[in-house]
Amino acid sequence: MNTGFAITTGSMFATIISVANINWHGMFFAIFALAACAMAVAVVLTDNVVRMAFYLVLSLGATAGLFFLAGAEFVGAMQLMIYVGGTLVLLVFGVMLTAQAPFVSMKTPQRDWVLASILAVCLLAVLVQASVGVDAWRTAAVSVGGGVQREAPEPSATPLGMALLGMRVDNDSSGIVTPSIRSGYLLPFEIVSIHLLVVLVGAAYLARAKRRRTPRAVETAGQSESKEEVRVAS
Amino acid sequence: MADFLIHTGGLPDWIAWAITASLAAFFILNVIAGGALAFIWAERKIAARIQDRLGPTRTGGKFGWLQSLADGIKLLTKEDLMPDGADGLLFRLAPYVSFCASFAAFIALPFAFDFVGQRLNVGVFFVIAVLGLEVFGVILAGYASASKWSLFGAMREAAQVVSYEVPLGMCVVVPVMLAGSMDLVTIGEKQAGWFFQWYLFHDPFTFITFWIYVTCAVASVNRAPFDLAEAESELVAGFHTEYSGLRWSFFFMAEYGSMFLVSALAAILFLGGWNGPVPVASLLGLSDGSGDTTGYFVRLAGCANLMTKATLGVLIMMWVRWTLPRLRIDQVMTTCLKYCTPIAAVMFVGAMLWTLALPGGFFRGLGRPAGEIREGWLLGPGGMSLQVQKNGEAPPSSSRFEQSESPVSQVGL
Amino acid sequence: MNFFNILAEPVGVSHYLLVGAVLFTAGVVCMVIKRNALGVLMGIELVLNGANINFIAFGSPVLRGESTVSIGLDGQAIALFVILLAAAEAAVALAITLNFYNNHATVDVDRAEDLKG
Repeated sequence: MNTGFAITTGSMFATIISVANINWHGMFFAIFALAACAMAVAVVLTDNVVRMAFYLVLSLGATAGLFFLAGAEFVGAMQLMIYVGGTLVLLVFGVMLTAQAPFVSMKTPQRDWVLASILAVCLLAVLVQASVGVDAWRTAAVSVGGGVQREAPEPSATPLGMALLGMRVDNDSSGIVTPSIRSGYLLPFEIVSIHLLVVLVGAAYLARAKRRRTPRAVETAGQSESKEEVRVAS
Repeated sequence: MADFLIHTGGLPDWIAWAITASLAAFFILNVIAGGALAFIWAERKIAARIQDRLGPTRTGGKFGWLQSLADGIKLLTKEDLMPDGADGLLFRLAPYVSFCASFAAFIALPFAFDFVGQRLNVGVFFVIAVLGLEVFGVILAGYASASKWSLFGAMREAAQVVSYEVPLGMCVVVPVMLAGSMDLVTIGEKQAGWFFQWYLFHDPFTFITFWIYVTCAVASVNRAPFDLAEAESELVAGFHTEYSGLRWSFFFMAEYGSMFLVSALAAILFLGGWNGPVPVASLLGLSDGSGDTTGYFVRLAGCANLMTKATLGVLIMMWVRWTLPRLRIDQVMTTCLKYCTPIAAVMFVGAMLWTLALPGGFFRGLGRPAGEIREGWLLGPGGMSLQVQKNGEAPPSSSRFEQSESPVSQVGL
Repeated sequence: MNFFNILAEPVGVSHYLLVGAVLFTAGVVCMVIKRNALGVLMGIELVLNGANINFIAFGSPVLRGESTVSIGLDGQAIALFVILLAAAEAAVALAITLNFYNNHATVDVDRAEDLKG
């Protein structure tokens, strides 16, 4: 009886192994995509602003995972470092600074929700129709027989760096290799650098701590006292 | 290893990959958890000796080496408390966010040549990026604890970690520039040989960059003297005041994991990684100097080498913690913005000028020069695409950048 | 082609476009619905990320088909610039929100009607 049981389990296992074929790339894509979409919807549906920030962090982290799966490793790491680790930390700081009790959960009236749902359904219908409607976008790169043996995508950090310096060294699908036809990204790179500097100065100036002017105390007894108060306060 | 399982074991693809991935994750998890146990014991012993006392001496024999295990069991059995006004979901999730960030950074960390969870083209960038995500767990913990001390500690720590990411990034860029790649395996590979091949001794700018990196790394993981986020004498316990039991231990596994990670990163970037002070493998004839040809056993020895260096780094961090007094928050910010960042920037420019002037490094003619990669690229923008079309299949992801022969001649133009 | 066939095919550009569409729509609804100014800002971040996913999908070497649907490295470069500009814009938006909070003691966008009429 025991050996019979073992043989049955063993043969079931062998059958499962030979028949089942988990496409890990597809599975991880499904995990990351579902996480990103579910967290994005959670951001919309929740009322508590701190939880919204947290769900946004998870959603953008899952998006970074999607970038890694698509072979864009540099952009994925950039998303994690700048977007999640920079922009969202800034956002969370802002949330903490303004998370007083009345502002943490602000509810929207019912009719706004109705209008927003209609808008969402229409927009989603249009976008989904466009996404699945174009045949050229539906064929994948490799036929999935055994799953994960895709060719390793060409590393993207150095070509991207060279492109930002103005020299295009990547393979184009049109086969053009000479760099003079395809332009680099040197000018946008420089513009963005100056832009970030301007934004740094501007945001620091906008958010500076302003000296608060206390009102002059004209009703207190004694001129000298009020003069002292004004001198101390200004 | 997956190839080994597929070709030798005859297993189908998907199981082989699943087993390989599980083994890698299991290994990393053991490094973090077992390392945390060992480091907590070491910390208590070192702290004790520096303070002229003995530390744990009862559990498990004369040296108390089972103390961490006993502490772990105690933590497992503690009551699960949560403060009254706390946000339940965020309070429960915060330790896991911290731990996941610390764990995820180990994915891209190589322990020897090709002993890496995932050999990322942007390895260094990924590790630094994920390290910066640990701050979310801290902020969430501070906020969700519904206590003003926790919130203070969390905000201070967030400000500190985010500020120190800037000089940390600049310090890390120097070895990346010297190696010509962000791939951690490549950076470690380039330092193969004797100890003077290490980037630490490459030029004086890199030497100073190493010490700035150490300062920024210690500040990044919130260890003393930068540990005001968990300042025991000021804020009760900072952001993890309200945490007890297993949740607290997750925070501490994350902290010790990050300490080990930045030490291992320092070892790979500056101290040669898995290549020892003495190239034992090539002296014994087991390899010809490049990591590609090493066998399994040599790589294991390299792994042990790297872990020794990382452990030394962690022990030095502990030593510094119990020696120096704590810095105030304004002193921490001053150190970052007025000292570390300008020095790191000047060192970066200095290292760049040094490599332009003396491409062979400090000891010219000994070992492999660091200027190899520049020659490959200077051949023109067509260099890389020509190499891709040379083979039929996609070449392995980083060896393309290390070919020292001219790619033009390989294509036969 | 039938919509539900999409689930049975290997992962291609269309799947990424669907995820981008969901994120984009969620972001737009977030911008419309939220009363908290920071909630509106989060909606903007979601919109930008939806667009980024689309760019990466089109520029991805992994998802390319036989047709020349890929825009190669341009997709990744554009996504890079979008990330940088989104960070800059979030910083300025937060500075404005903080100023508004300091002056009006609220972050409710329904109360921002000083310039109305």
